[in-house]
Amino acid sequence: MLNKNFYLILIISAVFGISFWIGFNVNLLPAEASINAPIYDELFKILFIIGLIIFIGMTIAVIYSLFKFRKRKDQYGDGIALEGNLTLEIVWTIIPSIIVLIIGLYSYNIYDRMGGMKELNHSHEMMTSNTEKIWAGISQVSNNEVASNNLSVEVSAMQFAFLFNYPKGEFISGELHVPVDRKVSMKMESKDVIHAFWVPEFRIKQDIIPGQPTILNFTPTKVGKYPIICAELCGPYHGGMRASIIVEEESDYKDWFNKNTKTEVSL
Amino acid sequence: MTISIDPQDSNTKSLQPKGWLRYFSFSLDHKVIGIQYLICGFLFYLIGGTLASAIRIELASPMSDFMPRDVYNQVLTLHGTIMIFLWIVPVVNGAFGNYLIPFYVGARDMAFPRLNAVAFWLIPPSGLMLVASYFVEGAAQAGWTAYPPLSITTPQSGQIIWIMSVLLLGGSSIFGGINFIATIIKLRRPGLKLMQLPMYCWAMLGTSLLVVLSTPVLAGTLILLSFDIVAHTGFFNPVLGGNVVVYQHLFWFYSHPAVYIMVLPAFGLVSEILPVHSRKPLFGYTTMVFSIMGIVVLGLVVWAHHMFTSGTPPWMRLFFTIATAFIAVPTGIKFFNWVATLWGGKISINSAMLFSCGFIINFVFGGITGVALAQVPFDIHVHDTYFVVAHFHYIVYGGTVFIIFSSIYHWFPKVTGKLMREKLGILHFAITFIGFNLCFAPQHWLGLNGMPRRVAEYDPQFQFVNQISSLGALLMAISTIPFLVNIFLSIKNGKDSGDNPWNALTPEWLTSSPPPVENWEGEAPLVEEPYGYGKPISQEN
Repeated sequence: MLNKNFYLILIISAVFGISFWIGFNVNLLPAEASINAPIYDELFKILFIIGLIIFIGMTIAVIYSLFKFRKRKDQYGDGIALEGNLTLEIVWTIIPSIIVLIIGLYSYNIYDRMGGMKELNHSHEMMTSNTEKIWAGISQVSNNEVASNNLSVEVSAMQFAFLFNYPKGEFISGELHVPVDRKVSMKMESKDVIHAFWVPEFRIKQDIIPGQPTILNFTPTKVGKYPIICAELCGPYHGGMRASIIVEEESDYKDWFNKNTKTEVSL
Repeated sequence: MTISIDPQDSNTKSLQPKGWLRYFSFSLDHKVIGIQYLICGFLFYLIGGTLASAIRIELASPMSDFMPRDVYNQVLTLHGTIMIFLWIVPVVNGAFGNYLIPFYVGARDMAFPRLNAVAFWLIPPSGLMLVASYFVEGAAQAGWTAYPPLSITTPQSGQIIWIMSVLLLGGSSIFGGINFIATIIKLRRPGLKLMQLPMYCWAMLGTSLLVVLSTPVLAGTLILLSFDIVAHTGFFNPVLGGNVVVYQHLFWFYSHPAVYIMVLPAFGLVSEILPVHSRKPLFGYTTMVFSIMGIVVLGLVVWAHHMFTSGTPPWMRLFFTIATAFIAVPTGIKFFNWVATLWGGKISINSAMLFSCGFIINFVFGGITGVALAQVPFDIHVHDTYFVVAHFHYIVYGGTVFIIFSSIYHWFPKVTGKLMREKLGILHFAITFIGFNLCFAPQHWLGLNGMPRRVAEYDPQFQFVNQISSLGALLMAISTIPFLVNIFLSIKNGKDSGDNPWNALTPEWLTSSPPPVENWEGEAPLVEEPYGYGKPISQEN
């Protein structure tokens, strides 16, 4: 009996060990380029490890049973008439409930840290004119932050392009240029069907809905060029509906901004 | 209560063709209708599978070069619609439900045989109509979800035919659901208690409740959508003041329970198969019953987790996160109970058993990604990406379709009186299992790294992983060959199975194989312990 328990403990620790090793050493995610990304990746890592433990454990249990309890050639008759075990049932009801509850509370915490539970800051100049109810994606803007410091961009999506309107510069661009480490507030609206604004490196996504503006805020943290991808089926060229977000140093961004404002170049 | 037989029925039956021809007749026999569902479903599975192959060929290269872009959208729309409404739902409910439920409750037929026939005969015409819509003006191309305004602005005839077809299939589903509820509740043999029923009855009772509660909502939604398309009303059309998100709520109010309509019957079927081949009672019968009903209740209140990026208020996101994640608890109980059923058994490792164990492994994987997807912050990144595609194929293919194959291997001797060939069956399992995992496991990575779903073209950096996935799809297509060969060889000259080749205790095996027209020569036997393996009742056999 002691021997049996010893092997059981050995196997369980091996499953935990392997799962933790994979969880910490295998990276399945793209680069982290916004404030959201490291928070997301932390959640991902936890869910990945818990998932691996359950998956590897269940797979071992199934394969072991198939091997250990397979019917040998000389065997006839039935297995043991075991119809259930209340203690076991209670154990495997309560333990998953606790795990699910902890995951739920933890992801609530993550969601809060991403800014999902914060009241949106509605005081930008571009939003005061709108009286309609605005639906929000994940917010990074808290009340005590100075709204004027945010970069406001109006996004309009149509089949099959994104257009970025910079209200302060009074110009429209096909590329989204933003300065690094500054909060960007986007008000998005679709001209035709539903689109979605997704930047994988930022771990953010928000549908862009016709007749219903949505808001998405984010803070880029890494200079570079990242894809903006439409993630909602929007027609034949849906796969080609992409744009770029260019995160650059404040000075580079200012140069680009001034160049566009002066000449009033559109697109 | 007793089973009454309309004398007219007996007359019609005598006019029915005999032999294989009866599967092409308007039969009222639940066994014939069950097989009709299965064959019809399988033919549509082949069509849907061909469409899936076309998708994987297109995605083997990053450019849109295999078919025109709008045809690609039609193909993915038809693939989804056919696989859900014409293959999985009719087969896992209609085919096995019709064949098995009357045996399990000790009846000679379903409660409403004519309604049963109507329910089946709605399927072939609506399926053919759906496939034929490609030749009119192009089939529907707004995805199987048909989100407006895209579904309003794409070519109309295809979309309208799609709506008509789904309405008819939904009607068929509702008729079937009513019939199963009536049969299970009212047609039980005298003396047979509810808690003595085989688990598949409970699964079908739960599923049918979901069908009856949620399918009418889909019907209403699609009728409103068709008004928007043909009569230019403005329910969901933002140009006329409609709200597109309302459609999503109404659509997912049906279509999330639809996931349970697809997997709960599979849970029931696997609960029948595992005890027989491991020679052990089903572990934890009572908790299994309660977990099915728990899934039914929770399944009705989780729909908005499909809409976390649609712009829903934070409280709503939280509620649906918690409710969705909690479905893992009753589902987890079932999986632990199945493994406990295997534990200490005398397991025959055959095709039915392998497919059932493949189901457990695949579904656990899909369930884990499901719990992750329920978390709002997690979902926001991967929503509408290949991660989601991979997740639901692990549930509906790795889960339900594996169980459909397992069930075919298990009940083939019942229907034909012949055994299937084990070596071909194991080959079929091996290719399917490897192909399936090769096809869908890499798609999780694709989704996490930036490949959205429903695209004909993608970033070239994803080409290699997409080609692995396409290779897996090729294996899945190949895996159909040993299966079909096996079916035809076994029907033609399979070994005689006898009445009860597995020495099973569930009622359908306590009559001849194939069964007589009215199921039993005499009175239906009273089976109080359908899982009494290892007990005196089993030793007697």
